[in-house]
Amino acid sequence: MAVVEVRGLKKHFGEVAAVDGVDLRSEEGEFLVLLGPSGCGKTTLLRMIAGLEHPTEGDILLGGENVTGLPPRARRIAMVFQSYALYPHMTVARNIEFPLKAQGIEAAERSKKVQWAAELFGIDSLLHRRPRQLSGGERQRVALARALVREPTVFLLDEPLSNLDAKLRASARDDLLEFQRRIGITTLYVTHDQVEAMGMGDRIAVMDRGKIRQLGTPEEVYHHPVDTFVAGFLGSPPMNLLIGPDFLFGFRPEQLLPEGISRDDGPRISLTFHVNRVEYLGSERYLYGHIQGFEANKIIAMLPGTVTLPLTADTDHRFSVAEAQIRYFAKDGGDKIPPQPLPL
Amino acid sequence: MSPAKAPPRRRYLADNPRFLAALFMSPAVTYIIALVGFPFVLAIVYAFTDITTGNPELEFVGFETFRRVLADPIFREALGNTFWFALIANLLVVVLAKALALVLIQDFKGKRIVRFLVLLPWVAPVSLATITWLWTLDSIFSPIDWVLRQLGLITENMYWLGRPGLAMTSVIAVHTWRIVPLAAVIMMAGLISIPSEINDAAAVDGAGPWRKQFQITVPLMAPIIAVAVLFGMILTISDMSVVYVLTRGGPTNSTQVLSTWAFFKGIEGGALGQGAAVALFLLPVLVGITAVILRMARRREVL
Repeated sequence: MAVVEVRGLKKHFGEVAAVDGVDLRSEEGEFLVLLGPSGCGKTTLLRMIAGLEHPTEGDILLGGENVTGLPPRARRIAMVFQSYALYPHMTVARNIEFPLKAQGIEAAERSKKVQWAAELFGIDSLLHRRPRQLSGGERQRVALARALVREPTVFLLDEPLSNLDAKLRASARDDLLEFQRRIGITTLYVTHDQVEAMGMGDRIAVMDRGKIRQLGTPEEVYHHPVDTFVAGFLGSPPMNLLIGPDFLFGFRPEQLLPEGISRDDGPRISLTFHVNRVEYLGSERYLYGHIQGFEANKIIAMLPGTVTLPLTADTDHRFSVAEAQIRYFAKDGGDKIPPQPLPL
Repeated sequence: MSPAKAPPRRRYLADNPRFLAALFMSPAVTYIIALVGFPFVLAIVYAFTDITTGNPELEFVGFETFRRVLADPIFREALGNTFWFALIANLLVVVLAKALALVLIQDFKGKRIVRFLVLLPWVAPVSLATITWLWTLDSIFSPIDWVLRQLGLITENMYWLGRPGLAMTSVIAVHTWRIVPLAAVIMMAGLISIPSEINDAAAVDGAGPWRKQFQITVPLMAPIIAVAVLFGMILTISDMSVVYVLTRGGPTNSTQVLSTWAFFKGIEGGALGQGAAVALFLLPVLVGITAVILRMARRREVL
């Protein structure tokens, strides 16, 4: 097991800075998620750590050793790709065996390790099949077995769940996490799916335009976003933002509750919420509208299904938000600022 | 709003896909029947007669023509030559084209001009390209000889086309030179079609360049390589222009191949029946090779 560290890492493709100065250090055995919209540089960052791209600038350290100039095969890393990249002309067994062969391990030892890895992922009955005869979930397991059979020190995953259907994804997420906890391998996981990031990451690095905007636990990035990008990227629906005269402020959709059913969590701020449309989703209700005095800003309130209060559209309602749940951002640049007197 | 005009209910001939299909196919079909089908049938008919240019009467003699062709030692020499010539030229083509394809997919300055130059041997008309080789390999003025002489490697001329072994080598070299560009372009397409994540996975899995080449790239490209070999085989076995221009089958039939022998026998020698029989001999050979290669390619694809 080893710590992954990158220092001042940059990657330029011509004029474009895909990764634009990233400093990041994982903990030992940590599950670290790189989260961001497509094109934010998260995959490029991962590929540089794997050795598949050469950084324009900066250093990569694995287990304290500088590996920046080394080819992938010298790095003791394993990587699982979005498409799984199984070798289509080889059986499952030969796919898993391939990295061992490349290491020059002898045949008897190889077949023992292949058996071990196959059992670990419950694919020992598939060893003689070819990749095209496998389902999506089985392919993913083969890819994981192939990645882990030579016991790497760092495990890199590039959107490994995005090719699975929604139902399978939830159970695959669970399996993957359980497995990572069991062997305690340092894992870097790239995704654009915030549900995966929040559910799996010990910490999340939120990336945008080649830079890490925030690094923290899921709670930290969700409840204390450092800027409007993180506030808007995380959460579904995202944080409601209101543009005040001197600064921006916002709150999560689930914090906006009808007056009267509000929980007891300190002083609350009352406001008039004009509801334009109600969306009933079973487990919750989305209310779309705007707040009196801030007609230009669209607001969404998310009520749990347990709140059965009748709320009609095209009507003003009295709502409130706990003062402690309001976040403040600078009007210029959108960075987090300390609490300000509210213009409400 | 004024009421919309009702769409015309009439069906035109151009609405009929069967008619359109027949219409669009007819030029190609006419061309093939007139210039390939008719001569092909004629060749089969001729092969069972003893027709000559001097006596153009169709007198059927059964397999007698074939028997006479097979008994001819020059035919057997041509058959052997065709075999070795096709085999060696195609082996060289596969290796060189694969290497060339690897170079061509790299990103480097002047890539376009290099690709263009590489394709030149293929796009130049065969006879013209071969005539330049005829001069290059000339017995007295060959620039290759001149260079070798200047380097002190030879004292007298090589006679590239005048000695049996060298003549065959020259023919094979020119054919290889001509077909490599085509094979390289076919293989380039095959290389590009390998998903980049497969190559990345091999790199991360610790494979060095040779292992990656022979355990990942070549097996994945096998169907495409088979197609390139198929084209190469057909082009070497059925082509007569290179041999005809360079050596006319000589010296002493050492570069005689089936296609040139059919031509010399049937057209220049006037024995139309025997020429047709020699040419027809190419048919089962090519059909056999095509069947084997296509089967290999398909087995690889459905793996």
